[in-house]
Amino acid sequence: MSSPNSAYPDTPEQAMKPKRHEWPLWEVFIRGQHGMSHRHVGSLHAPDADMAVKNARDVYTRRNEGVSIWVVEARHIAASSPSEKGPLYEPSESKVYRHPTFFDIPEEVGAM
Amino acid sequence: MTRDMAFFEFLLRMGDNTLVLGHRVSEWCGHAPVLEEDIALANTALDLIGQTQMWLGLAGEVEGQGRSADDLAMLRDAWDFRNVLLAEQPNGDFGQTMMRQYLFDQAHVLLLEKLAGSSDERVAAIAAKSVKEVAYHVERSRDTVIGLGDGTSESHRRMQAALDLLWPYAGEMFTDDEVSGIMAGEGIAPEPSSLRAAWDAAVQQTMSEATLVIPDSDFAHAGGKTGFRHTEHLGHMLTQMQWLQRAYPGARW
Repeated sequence: MSSPNSAYPDTPEQAMKPKRHEWPLWEVFIRGQHGMSHRHVGSLHAPDADMAVKNARDVYTRRNEGVSIWVVEARHIAASSPSEKGPLYEPSESKVYRHPTFFDIPEEVGAM
Repeated sequence: MTRDMAFFEFLLRMGDNTLVLGHRVSEWCGHAPVLEEDIALANTALDLIGQTQMWLGLAGEVEGQGRSADDLAMLRDAWDFRNVLLAEQPNGDFGQTMMRQYLFDQAHVLLLEKLAGSSDERVAAIAAKSVKEVAYHVERSRDTVIGLGDGTSESHRRMQAALDLLWPYAGEMFTDDEVSGIMAGEGIAPEPSSLRAAWDAAVQQTMSEATLVIPDSDFAHAGGKTGFRHTEHLGHMLTQMQWLQRAYPGARW
């Protein structure tokens, strides 16, 4: 996996084989002006977390899109596997009773 | 020199610094080492050009000859420019560009902080708007100077060479003269020399973190902000920057 030093093309790591040096990949999450939660907006490369936030500011908030930035190195994200789609998600398709549509919500509760 | 003449000169110094440096930085557009830096540099260039519109717009107003910001930017020749020599120096490699940016940004932010309290409301308003942009510029350029200075042997060597090359151009940002004396007397702008100690302290801190050695010399090139003698680079830059308005006078989008 890439370490911060691999950002610098001439840093000797292994004398043997030339390898492609790149800054690590970061996933960027922005909370918009009116949004409550951070949303994934894209990714970028940066040598460290601090620069990743700065790069995210420059790449993803140029048009006033956000008020808060999260970045996380892509390798730290654990994702579900597409091949497990069946067992993971299909069982819930037939369970409509899990949607809270069978209750009458009292007026005084307001928007939910 | 009358107050208004000095005020006009002062505003040209502000606007020409941001115009010339903004154009220089824009030369990286599409050429920066990585996409993220390319966009960041373009943002910085656009901030500086935006500030230019305000400074030169006010300059034209103070001059009272009906010249717009565009007229001042595109229809003056090299000897009428009042930017410091540092701003017009060529980009060199990426490290040289970032070193130039940091040395300038650090002085720029200190100056704008003071100008936000200017006795002239228009100056104070422009400074208050600009200082937020420039606070980010200096944060970014400082981090990059530190990252590259304290990076690999190659990046360190290049950053030290950039500092050695550009250091003699830094001193001009802090020299006082008749213009600055009148501005300080009117409470419009501080004497440049009054910013030097804070700049020195900040730059020493940065260079120490960057493991770079500041040249042991106070020699400073002069002639940019007085217009006495620019380096040859400004004329070459203007032939590109002003070409369209020179070849097609009055052309508009």
